[in-house]
Amino acid sequence: MVRAVNPTESAPTRYAWEVQASGLRVRAGKRMAVDGLDLRLGTGVHGLLGPNGAGKTTLIRALATVLHPAGGNLELLGVPVNGRPDLRALRRRLGYLPQEFGYYPKFTVREFVEYMAWLKEVDKQDIPGAVQRAIERVGLADRAEDRMKTLSGGMLRRAGIAQAVVNDPDLLLLDEPTVGLDPAQRLEFRALLRALGERSCVLVSTHLVEDVAAACSRVVLMASGRSVFQGTPDEVVAAGGTDDVGDSPMERGYSALLAAEVTR
Amino acid sequence: MTDNTGAHASRAAIAAYATGDPALPAAAEWAVEAHLETCADCRTHLADAVRIGDPTLDSALRRVWTELDARAPRTPAPGRPAWSRWARTWAPPTLAPRLTTGVLVALVAFLVDLIAPEHTPTPLVLLVAPVAPLFGVAAAWSRRLDPLHELTASTPRAGLAVVLRRTAVVLAAVIPVLAVAGAFTGLNPALWLLPCLAFTTGALALGTVFGVDRAALGLGLLWTALVIAPTLMNLGAPQPLRQAGLPGWAIAAAVAAVVLTARARSFTALSDKN
Repeated sequence: MVRAVNPTESAPTRYAWEVQASGLRVRAGKRMAVDGLDLRLGTGVHGLLGPNGAGKTTLIRALATVLHPAGGNLELLGVPVNGRPDLRALRRRLGYLPQEFGYYPKFTVREFVEYMAWLKEVDKQDIPGAVQRAIERVGLADRAEDRMKTLSGGMLRRAGIAQAVVNDPDLLLLDEPTVGLDPAQRLEFRALLRALGERSCVLVSTHLVEDVAAACSRVVLMASGRSVFQGTPDEVVAAGGTDDVGDSPMERGYSALLAAEVTR
Repeated sequence: MTDNTGAHASRAAIAAYATGDPALPAAAEWAVEAHLETCADCRTHLADAVRIGDPTLDSALRRVWTELDARAPRTPAPGRPAWSRWARTWAPPTLAPRLTTGVLVALVAFLVDLIAPEHTPTPLVLLVAPVAPLFGVAAAWSRRLDPLHELTASTPRAGLAVVLRRTAVVLAAVIPVLAVAGAFTGLNPALWLLPCLAFTTGALALGTVFGVDRAALGLGLLWTALVIAPTLMNLGAPQPLRQAGLPGWAIAAAVAAVVLTARARSFTALSDKN
C-alpha cells in the first residue's frame, strides 16, 4: 500500500539531533534514576544497554514525555521539554512501547492498533490504511482479527510495536521489545528496526547484547543513571580484551566498559 | 524506457510466452520477458495475445483465479460496527465493570427505598448519590485499573478531555437511575444531583494530587463513615443533605472544577499515584 507524503514530512528539519539531553535528571518514585545524563541521538537505530536499575526505563519514559525531568535540559525533535511545552504536537510524532505493556484482552489486534491510532490523533481517514500498514510491518496480518488474549508473548510484543509505529513516528522508543520473541522473530525484528532507522530516530533498550550488535548503528551504555559510553558497536567490541567476561566480542566489550566505569 | 532499438519479439514468440508453451526455450523466454519490460509495442502484442484467447491460456488463467480464490479470505474482516468503535472512544472496556457496580449500588438503594421507605430517616438514594459515580470515576484514569494506562498517558490525546469523556459516560449511566429513584421519593432533584456532581469533580480534582482511584476511594470511605453509617444507625438525618446544604455543595463543586482545570496537566503524565 502506498502512503501519501504530506508537506510537513518533506520539509527540512530544523534541529540537529532528534534527542538532545544535557545534565538530565529524572526521578522514579523517590530515587533519582537518571542523574546527570548527557545524550545526543540522531537518525538511526540506537541501542540502549546497561545493567538492571541503570535507569533505562526511566530515561525512555522521560523521552516519551510521560515523566517530567527533575532537572537539566531535554530537547526532543527540536522542542524543549522543560517548562510547559506543546506536548500534543510533539507526541503526535512519537512512538512508544513500554516495557510492561498492557492491553484490553477482548480487542482484536486491529481494534487495538486502531484505538491507539485514535489516541495518537492520526487523521480519521488515514486510520484504516495506517493500521493495516503497521500490522503488516510487524508480520501480524494473518492474526489481525484475532483477540489479543489469544496471542502468544512474541505476538503481543509485535502488536505493541505495531501500535508504536502506526503514526510513522520521527522518534521511536522501544523498551525491551525483544523479550518473548523467538530467534526467527528476533531476526525479522532486527530487519524491521533497520528499516525504521532509515528515516527516524529509534532508541531500543535491551538486555541482549547481540541484538545491539546486529541491528544498531550506535550504542548508548548506561550505568547508575548516567551515560558511560556512546559510540558504534565496533567501538564496544574494540574495548573488550580477551580476559573480560563474556562469550562474544560484543559481550566482552560491554563488560569491559562497565568495569571501567565501576573502577573510576 | 521505450527507446528500444533492438529487434522486436516475433508474434509467435509472444504467443508462446503468453501460454507458457514448453516449446519456447528457457533462454528465449527470458529474452522475450526482458524485451517486454522495455518495449511498449510488444506489450501491446502480448495484450492482444491474451485478449484473443487460447484454450491453453484460458485454462492457465482459470487455474490462477481458482488458486487466488482459495487463498483469499471468504468474507471481509468481521470488524465491529461503527457505533462500537465510536463508543470505545468514550470509554475503554475496563470502565464497564466499575460503572456497573455504581449503577447497581444506586439501584439497590432505590429498591430499599421502594420496599421499606420508613426504614431510614433519609431516603437511601440521597445517601448513595454522592458515592455511586465514584466507582466508575476511579477507573477513568488509573494505572491499576486500566492496563493501557501507560500507553494512553503517552499519547497526544491524553489529558483532561479524555478523563472528562470517561467521567461523562459514568454520569450518563448513574444519573438516570438516581433521577428515577429521586422522582419516586419526591425529592428536589438538586438535593441528589449537586452532591453527586460535587463528589465527582472533587474526586477528579483530588486525583490530580493523589491519583484518581485513591481520591475516589478516600472520598467514598469518608462519606460512608461520616454520613451513611451514622444515618443507618439512626443517629439522625445528616446535616449536609438538607435544603440548606445546597449552596455548600455548589461551592464545593465549583472549587473542585477550578482546581481540576488548573492541575489538568497531571493527566498527561505517568505518576506513581495513579
